[in-house]
Amino acid sequence: MMLPIILVVPLVQLLILVNVATMEIKHIKVCIIDNDLSTTSRDLCSKFNNSRFFVVKDMVFEMDKALVMVENNKADMVLQIPSGFERSLMRENTAKVQVLFNAINGTVAGIGSSYVTQIIAGFNRDIITQRVGISPGLGEQGSINIIPAFWYNPDMNYKVFMVPAILVLLVTIIGMALSAVNIIREKEMGNIEQINVTPIRKAHFIIGKLLPFWIIALFMLGFGLTIGKLIFNIPMVGNLALLFVVAALYLLVIQGIGLMISNSSNTFQQAIFSSFFFIIVFIMMSGIFTPTDSMPRWAQIVNYINPIAYFMKLIRMILLKGSGLMDIYKDLLILLFYGLAVLSIAVNRYRKVV
Amino acid sequence: MKHFLGFVKKELYHIFRDSRTLVILFGIPVILMILFGYVVTTEVKNARIAILDYSKDEVTRKIIDKIGSTDYFIIAKYLQSQKEISETFRKGQAKEVIVFEPGFGQKLKREKKASIHLVADASDANSANLVVAYTSAIINDYLLKENKAVAMPMQIVTESRMLYNPELKGVYMFVPGTMSMILVLICALLTSVSIVREKEMGTMEVLLVSPLKPAQIVFGKVAPYILLSFINVITILLLSNFVFGLPVKGSVVLLLAESMLFIILALSIGITISSSTSNQIVAMVVSMLGLMLPSIILSGFIFPIDNMPLWIKWICWLNPTTYFIIILKSVMLKGLGFLSIWKETAILAGATIILLVISIKKFKVRLEN
Repeated sequence: MMLPIILVVPLVQLLILVNVATMEIKHIKVCIIDNDLSTTSRDLCSKFNNSRFFVVKDMVFEMDKALVMVENNKADMVLQIPSGFERSLMRENTAKVQVLFNAINGTVAGIGSSYVTQIIAGFNRDIITQRVGISPGLGEQGSINIIPAFWYNPDMNYKVFMVPAILVLLVTIIGMALSAVNIIREKEMGNIEQINVTPIRKAHFIIGKLLPFWIIALFMLGFGLTIGKLIFNIPMVGNLALLFVVAALYLLVIQGIGLMISNSSNTFQQAIFSSFFFIIVFIMMSGIFTPTDSMPRWAQIVNYINPIAYFMKLIRMILLKGSGLMDIYKDLLILLFYGLAVLSIAVNRYRKVV
Repeated sequence: MKHFLGFVKKELYHIFRDSRTLVILFGIPVILMILFGYVVTTEVKNARIAILDYSKDEVTRKIIDKIGSTDYFIIAKYLQSQKEISETFRKGQAKEVIVFEPGFGQKLKREKKASIHLVADASDANSANLVVAYTSAIINDYLLKENKAVAMPMQIVTESRMLYNPELKGVYMFVPGTMSMILVLICALLTSVSIVREKEMGTMEVLLVSPLKPAQIVFGKVAPYILLSFINVITILLLSNFVFGLPVKGSVVLLLAESMLFIILALSIGITISSSTSNQIVAMVVSMLGLMLPSIILSGFIFPIDNMPLWIKWICWLNPTTYFIIILKSVMLKGLGFLSIWKETAILAGATIILLVISIKKFKVRLEN
């Protein structure tokens, strides 16, 4: 039962999580209320129709109907073009459109509304060039040409960002949860007493317990990297050997923590809940989805002792940017000392008594 | 009845004796809400950037000052040559390098045109996108202020209104998600592990030969967990109201009734799992992977379902948590009544009945063996 779980889980995790864990925002469902029905308003609607970010679901004439669509999740946003839009634009040089967003998911609403602004601004420029004939932006003071370049991931493929993160998750679960659970089971079954009365030294016993999971976790990392390369074609710019060194050190820390958890738990349930708690809190803080830089100060301080944050950062740096030993040696040293400290505390606190 | 109450009491003792699990059970929702409320934000704040200024004139200095004075960016480093860009990124010292071409200010004055290169570290694509968008906005704003004299003709003004969540707070997403996650955790995972534990320890047989009926045993086992989950639901609602200023817009009674339905559903899943396994690890792994993980990632809790590929959408529609989250969002955040959520409620109720029947049948089979 254990072996298939260890082999199948990473595969399923990678296939599902990588496809799911996307914050790319596309297919925003739009309901359009065009009360103007002029050429200009129709042009604006077709802009939304042609955008790859939006899907126009319906055109209605009353706001109430549109709001019901938002309530039932049939639309994410409503674009209302008031009557007299074209006339007002031509005569008074300004016109209004109203955009209503379902903002329960703040991220989607935020990014979505920036797309709306972009589309309308682009449409606005087109009209001005068409009707007035000057190209905007070329004012008296001149214009600045902003040329963006996206290094390491020019296609902005979100999967490239997520695959390494999911490998971290994988290694962490195997390294910590399984080590924690393994020893507790011997305790619960009463086997631990039999082991304790043997002449085996506690350091040896613990090394014997942890080593298999250390090897399995590293093997899983290799397996996951292979899948990532074959299926998702993620870049591997850096030195893979260095990545395995990082993972090996990281596992020391994480297994040490797992061991501490199992030392201090009496039942299987306690061990599971403690490691689940630890993993979920530190994963969320590690920058798995969101940059650690924008977290509040206290969270950044907590991240100094968050092993997952180190590994999350390093695996992305090595795989995607090709960071070398000289770029990351400080973090490596921190992981090494951290691992040794945690492991020795855990071994020390392990008592051969029940 | 007396036997039954005694059994429930025994079960409660078991739970309260394990103070650590209790602390974690009540701690998880609190900590998750704080994390989601304050820590996990997609906005750009204090992003470290580097400057490569080949021009070093008055205009570039003004632009750099303007960028550095915002909350979005911290200027971490000044580079001297192009070669340093890749090193800066490799060391993770900056997310973006702003490159001003030589003679920037002069070109802008004489030729009315000058270039800025924004080189972003897109290994984190979303933040790179946002960082570049923010920088461009600041530069354009600078230009606009300098160009004040020129009036633009025919402006379309976009009035945006954010429904339900005007400040775009993250908690709005995470309160319903955290609630359903904690219910799955307590009702399905905890229950299945605790029943399997009795089996593994051999104490289940003792219970089965007692005068209690099997249904009473099962109900006695789960009753304390219903209580725990209910306390948790109320804690989450109070927290979201008083700490995050997110009151229940719809009917509280309806919300609690729907939660109760979901609790019973999750419990019957837990009982079903426990009756088909006899090993705590297997029960744990099955409920973690089969229930916990889907209820976090395949339910619209963190990731919007609309963006997923079709085959994954189907998995989401098979996941009861998806419906519960829709219900929670409708009642809590949109303030809708029962009429808008009767479909989801019916699906949950149907699933509950089917699972209850299965779990009771399976449990009987064990008894006869």
